[in-house]
Amino acid sequence: MLQSIIDRRLSGKNKSIGNRERFLRRVKEQVKEAVRRAVDGRSIKDIERGEEVRIPKKDLSEPVFHHGEGGVREVVRPGNKEFVKGDRSPKPKPQGGGGGGGQASDQGEGEDDFVFQLSREEFMDIFFEDLALPHLVRTELAEQPEWKTQRAGFVSDGSPTNLHVVRSLRGALSRRIALGLSKRRDLGELEAELENAAEPRRSAILAEIAEIKRRLAAIPYLDPIDLRFRNRIRVPVPSTNAVMFCLMDVSGSMDEARKDLAKRFFILLYLFLSKHYEKVELVFIRHHTQAAEVDEQNFFHATETGGTVVSSALVLMNEIQQARYPASSWNIYGAQASDGDNWHHDSSRCRELLETRLLPVCRYFAYVQVAEPEQNLWEEYRQIADTYAHFAMKKATAVNEIYPVFRELFKKEGRLAA
Amino acid sequence: MQLDLPLQLPSENRRHTSVGPDRHEWGGRRAPPPLQEMRPLGQRPAAPLPSPSDWSFELIEQYHEVIRATAERYGLDTYPNQLEIITSEQMMDAYASVGMPVHYRHWSYGKEFIQTQQHYKRGQMGLAYEIVINSSPCIAYLMEENTLAMQALVIAHAAYGHNSFFKGNYLFRMWTDASSIVDYLVYARDYIAKCERAHGLDAVEALLDSCHALMNHGVDRYRRPAKLSLEKERARQEEREAYLQRQLNELWRTLPRKAEDEIEAEKRRFPAEPQENLLYFIEKHAPLLEPWQREIVRIVRKIAQYFYPQRQTQVMNEGWATFWHHRLLNQMYDDGYLADGLMMEWLASHTNVIAQRPMQALNPYALGFAMYTDIKRICEAPTEEDRRWFPGLAGTAWLPALQHAMRNFKDESFIGQYLSPKVMRDFRLFSIVDDASEDEYEISAIHDEEGYRHVRNALSANYDLGSREPNIQVWNVNLRGDRSLLLRHTQHQDRPLGDSAQEVLRHVARLWGFGVHLESVNGAEQVTQRWSVAAPPA
Repeated sequence: MLQSIIDRRLSGKNKSIGNRERFLRRVKEQVKEAVRRAVDGRSIKDIERGEEVRIPKKDLSEPVFHHGEGGVREVVRPGNKEFVKGDRSPKPKPQGGGGGGGQASDQGEGEDDFVFQLSREEFMDIFFEDLALPHLVRTELAEQPEWKTQRAGFVSDGSPTNLHVVRSLRGALSRRIALGLSKRRDLGELEAELENAAEPRRSAILAEIAEIKRRLAAIPYLDPIDLRFRNRIRVPVPSTNAVMFCLMDVSGSMDEARKDLAKRFFILLYLFLSKHYEKVELVFIRHHTQAAEVDEQNFFHATETGGTVVSSALVLMNEIQQARYPASSWNIYGAQASDGDNWHHDSSRCRELLETRLLPVCRYFAYVQVAEPEQNLWEEYRQIADTYAHFAMKKATAVNEIYPVFRELFKKEGRLAA
Repeated sequence: MQLDLPLQLPSENRRHTSVGPDRHEWGGRRAPPPLQEMRPLGQRPAAPLPSPSDWSFELIEQYHEVIRATAERYGLDTYPNQLEIITSEQMMDAYASVGMPVHYRHWSYGKEFIQTQQHYKRGQMGLAYEIVINSSPCIAYLMEENTLAMQALVIAHAAYGHNSFFKGNYLFRMWTDASSIVDYLVYARDYIAKCERAHGLDAVEALLDSCHALMNHGVDRYRRPAKLSLEKERARQEEREAYLQRQLNELWRTLPRKAEDEIEAEKRRFPAEPQENLLYFIEKHAPLLEPWQREIVRIVRKIAQYFYPQRQTQVMNEGWATFWHHRLLNQMYDDGYLADGLMMEWLASHTNVIAQRPMQALNPYALGFAMYTDIKRICEAPTEEDRRWFPGLAGTAWLPALQHAMRNFKDESFIGQYLSPKVMRDFRLFSIVDDASEDEYEISAIHDEEGYRHVRNALSANYDLGSREPNIQVWNVNLRGDRSLLLRHTQHQDRPLGDSAQEVLRHVARLWGFGVHLESVNGAEQVTQRWSVAAPPA
């Protein structure tokens, strides 16, 4: 008889990948829907995560022939303590009508849903598919940056290899001193009293001294709260900074769908930058006739509206950049989304601002127009685009038209920064 | 050299008039004659085997050697063993592909994998600590997270318990060929992958979905299929395609004529007798399937056939393996090989495995273990009741009696033959009649003198595949009319078909290519329900 033991642990991991892929393919629609909803709900910085997908059971059913309810069945069960032959026992009432009324909502994990987690890679894959990114770029955006570890002080919890002995003992010493302070003082007083004490008092004092000494000895030498561990944090390797200015027109002509398009536009640029820069800061500027710097929540969801003066946003961008992000230490990127409808006198001023103030300090400026008609703003920008290589503009009415705006950027900057 | 003469295998329908072995059981070529009693130990070991809680390869080999020697002393006949160490993720992979090391890809396995993974992560389910494949060599998977005691348990349970069952039980000997199954699965996986590349993922997925829906009804129950082998399959495939095409042309040659008499049509029924193996019928006679589709139907059918015995022997198989892990490890302890700590650990796991909650469905491990243990007891120390109930068994040698029980029965007949009053009392079994037309359950028998036989018959019927699965057969094909297929469901005790029937019928129509009808017939030969699906668009 041949005895053999084979170690298969290192081979054939993820043999079920093929099955999982087929499963995802089959439920593609629901998965896409879940991804779309997730993108709407998440903040730009938070985009790279897995996501939960919910699929109604009926879409995944695998039917077989089986017996239904009815007819006569005889089953055998164990554990009979009370019945004899011929006994009758009422059947449970059927769960019809309002039986489960309390749970009648479309949230929550009902019997009818199959829920599973999309991994981060799968989520990003589906997201990119929508945007019609070429594959090379997808891998570039999807890959993880390199990390290096760096010391960052001390922390109270960690792995034993990181234990810093001297600091822990220092902490322990302080704790012992603090806990014993009042007792030691009492001890000192009692010992002083002992010198001069007479007999009955003397034994009482000795007893007390013994007690205090016992309690002092019971203070632990080392306690878990004393321990200090070296803290190591991971930082991504590329060591430069970038700031991304997001400019969006929120005048009356920008509706939800267009804002959604704009959001994807910003996300794409952010993803790219976060791969190549250690720190990427976001500045959100929204404008109608006036511009204001806001946080992300307000940027996408606040409800003020009005006319359109694009130059207000550019002016504000310039001011912020001068004040907080000197070009010598920051890489500056600009992304603007608008529907192209501008107050007619203003467009030439926009061009002038861009040419003289902004483009000289920006690494890249991308403009996307989320509506079809070409108006005066488009014309003005067209002139800039012809002269400056790091200015790109595009009309995008659907999600998969956004990428070409960045094509130059990804091609060029990808090589430079990598 | 092996002669391929037909063997006198015990047939499905043979009535067992005695429960002891008779001299026809042990053909010289098939199995060695059973031991009458276990062989003694050669020499006691100086000290028990080392038992740290972490295993190592050397330790596993040592334990395996002792288990093997002990199993041999009991006369357990097994295929050669191949143990494989795997991670828990690979165990989940194995679950998802029905335990087989190789399998074709399908989305339903992806869904299963996800479900298993979620349950495992949430701690709702412990992974089986063993999976074992009915093949030669017999592959048993050991999870790397197991402790040494658990690995010893798994080896005794799977590599010797299940292994000897696969090799000995008549259903497995009749329907599966352990030495060729892995080869066949490799062939199946490659063929299906090739079809996916040639015809697209969607077409193959649709076909596999339909075949899976009919998998339970795609097995032969009364004929032995031909031996499978990788080279032969590949070589004969083209030959088969050409031949089938010729047959089909013959069958469908007749153009539809004007409507004939009812009687005429009735007389010339095709098929002449009802066919129970739906996939087989579709493979041979569906007019619109391409050759590659036919081959895939055949693959699904063959794999269903391979798993067919396992559905019918769950209690016996698990009971046998549980009994033998218990016996072997206890024997090793008595012989001085096992330390106390190790014993406590596997005994705790064993107790969990055979736990039975009252009023819940019977745990096959519990029932099987109890029955085999009881057979041993009846042989060694029979009471008056045992002599009355099992005259051929009481007082005989237990080892050959157990082997006989394992080899010649399936769950239904095993319970029908061997379930003793003592086991019924231990479990406090009782039978309940659930009549849909009444609004109360009726207790038809309990574990007392007048109820034993009734309970035994009822429990045995519970494991009868005929009552567990609906009886659906091909009744007629409308050759001269709209080419539709008529299936007939014969109700068992007036139990109707479940709601899924319409859905499954759509799958049948997709395979058949024309309309499909299903009638459900009750005990009085009346058609109580009818489903129809129109021909799918071309």
